[in-house]
Amino acid sequence: MVSILQYAWLIPLFPLLAFIVIVSFGRQLKEGAAIVGILLTGASFVIAALVFAGKFWWNAQDYKFNLEWLQVGDIFISMGFEVNQLNAMMVLIVTLVSLLVQIYSKGYMHGDERFPVFYQYLALFTFSMLGLVLSPNLLQLYIFWELVGVCSFLLVGYYFFKPEAKAAAKKAFIVTRIGDLGLLIAICLLFWWTGSFEYSQIFESVAFGRMNPWMVTLVAILIFVGAVGKSGQFPLHTWLPDAMEGPTPVSALIHAATMVAAGVYLVAATYPLFIASDTALTVVAYIGGFTAIFAASIGLTQRDIKRVLAYSTVSQLGYMMLALGVAGAAGYVAGTFHLMTHAFFKALLFLAAGSVIHAVHTQDVFEMGGLWKKMPVTALTFLIGCLAIAGIFPLSGFWSKEAILAAAFGAHRYDLLLVALVAAFFTAFYMFRLFFLTFTGEARGQHQAHESPSVMTGPLMILALLAIVSGFVNTPYAPALGNWLLDSAAGAAISMVFGEEMAHAAIWLQIAALAVSILGIVLAYLMYGKKSISPDTIPEIMPWLYQLSYRKFYVDEIYHHVFVRPLGWLGAGLNAFDRFVVDGLVGLTAKIAAGIGSLHAKAQNGQVQSYGTMVLFGLMLLVVAVTLLAQGGGFFAK
Amino acid sequence: MTVGLTSYLMVALILFCVGLYGALTKRNAVIVLISIELMLNAVNINLVAFSKYGLYPNVAGQIFTLFSMTVAAAEVAVGLAILIALYRNKETVNVDEMDQMKR
Repeated sequence: MVSILQYAWLIPLFPLLAFIVIVSFGRQLKEGAAIVGILLTGASFVIAALVFAGKFWWNAQDYKFNLEWLQVGDIFISMGFEVNQLNAMMVLIVTLVSLLVQIYSKGYMHGDERFPVFYQYLALFTFSMLGLVLSPNLLQLYIFWELVGVCSFLLVGYYFFKPEAKAAAKKAFIVTRIGDLGLLIAICLLFWWTGSFEYSQIFESVAFGRMNPWMVTLVAILIFVGAVGKSGQFPLHTWLPDAMEGPTPVSALIHAATMVAAGVYLVAATYPLFIASDTALTVVAYIGGFTAIFAASIGLTQRDIKRVLAYSTVSQLGYMMLALGVAGAAGYVAGTFHLMTHAFFKALLFLAAGSVIHAVHTQDVFEMGGLWKKMPVTALTFLIGCLAIAGIFPLSGFWSKEAILAAAFGAHRYDLLLVALVAAFFTAFYMFRLFFLTFTGEARGQHQAHESPSVMTGPLMILALLAIVSGFVNTPYAPALGNWLLDSAAGAAISMVFGEEMAHAAIWLQIAALAVSILGIVLAYLMYGKKSISPDTIPEIMPWLYQLSYRKFYVDEIYHHVFVRPLGWLGAGLNAFDRFVVDGLVGLTAKIAAGIGSLHAKAQNGQVQSYGTMVLFGLMLLVVAVTLLAQGGGFFAK
Repeated sequence: MTVGLTSYLMVALILFCVGLYGALTKRNAVIVLISIELMLNAVNINLVAFSKYGLYPNVAGQIFTLFSMTVAAAEVAVGLAILIALYRNKETVNVDEMDQMKR
């Protein structure tokens, strides 16, 4: 049977084509590069939508295509693509967000000198990300994993003439490399134990207990280390806020909606491996939970609008990890569901923030204010995004956050439930702090703000719509997405371990979650909207607490002193060794040769007579030597 | 009393050493050329001596000497020609100043 899924390989190829076209003709195309990028990404979005529809409504079979790539001994390493529930959803999200961001960038990047280069990178990133989610094996995934890392590096450092952007790009690349190393080791170990890179074969080996339990745990944790690096989880979260030095559409696409979700996707895609090890799941859950509350508490005090959003991203990714870590069908569904809704509302928030930055040319929220009247569309969509992320009924964030809480509750992880609730409170508070500071009150900066062009507000409105409605695909009363996601190989593996039952949310939990969010919003309103509570209350009572949060718990400083500087010293030491010892020896050898050479060069004075004298002395030496040898070697033999 | 091979060889040796000394130490290029002639003639004496007193005495050595002298004469002609050419260019016959090979 021919199904639409067989054409899924076209999805990543359109952005690749866009990349090639823009690389080849970028100079001629100028801002027309945007049209190329948008059209081709649009084409791949159409196919992705058809593929998703094929999976979702027409229940097409999973499709897998493999091409033999390499043969090593008896082992074949293959390349191909695979379509299942999880990655059908992912390609839809990635193509949709990428399409909207490219449309938006046409307005945002207008007039930029390196406009085509920007679209090159975006197209390459879209290609890599789609390739990543369609990979049927870990090796191919790893290749695309690194490719998205490179795109992230290029795009963070897009304004390379700014030293901060340069440093941030390097930091993003190096810090995620630490995680990638874990993933690489995990892949090597899996290949060693199972002889295959294929997901299906690896899961089979695990299910039949062909791997030691401790090895499964080790591999799962190492894969998680890769996810920690990419998804900005504690302790490798430091790169993500700095990555905000890139252009805002990039932050929306890469550092909020898609690439950073790759870590969550990786854990979800290799979920059968994780459920085989309780230890690994616990690690995932607690790292996720800690990151959620840790990043949220930093977000409370930041002044840069994009940094607040960045910490919010870190925190929400922690939420997803927490959901995946509390295990079972409910956690799996909640994590991936939150991934989807978060992609929409966080892209929305970033693009709206970009629209604000575009208008006021500053990122400091304390220099904004009073923009509600001047930029009504941006303000309204930003408000929708805030409501969604805060989890207000009936927006998408409410349903996905509630699903996570229900999963934690159903798994009797009350400590994690509490953490999630507190993080939800923080989230509601800092998002509305941002909203009130930016859009209400008096204008504090010197700027003539005006609404952005429709090419920018259009994507905002589409995303706002999605942020409102996308939650309804998986309400506790009609868990369409959940049932669909679990109707897969991964779902079968989960039900084998945890049984069939889905956790059913208690109604009081929904009310509690809502109450916590509303409390956060009200507090933010009182402090920054109505100003009946002075925002300086806490800094005055406990300045150290405020400083701790404002300084991001000094993690950057600690890393700087614990890792960066000792490594710097080590580097300086090795450099000195290289320069003085190794280079010294090489230099000495060269000097000796040169010295001997110049000594002999003096002998060449151009005078035949001195040459003759030397020849004579040489001959005499030879005669003496031969004579001594001829006398039975009396002199040389000893 | 017959003069033996050794005496001829000693004369040739002394002559050769005198020539060598002259060739290596004299400043005047003409003297150097003459010294080279002395060394050549020392060789000629050797050849003649061996053609008479050698292990297989025959006339080849003496004929060889004739060749050698002819070649030496030609060589001196060439050497003097070079010397004159040099003298015209550099106004000197001092060997110390002739170091064109270095450049």
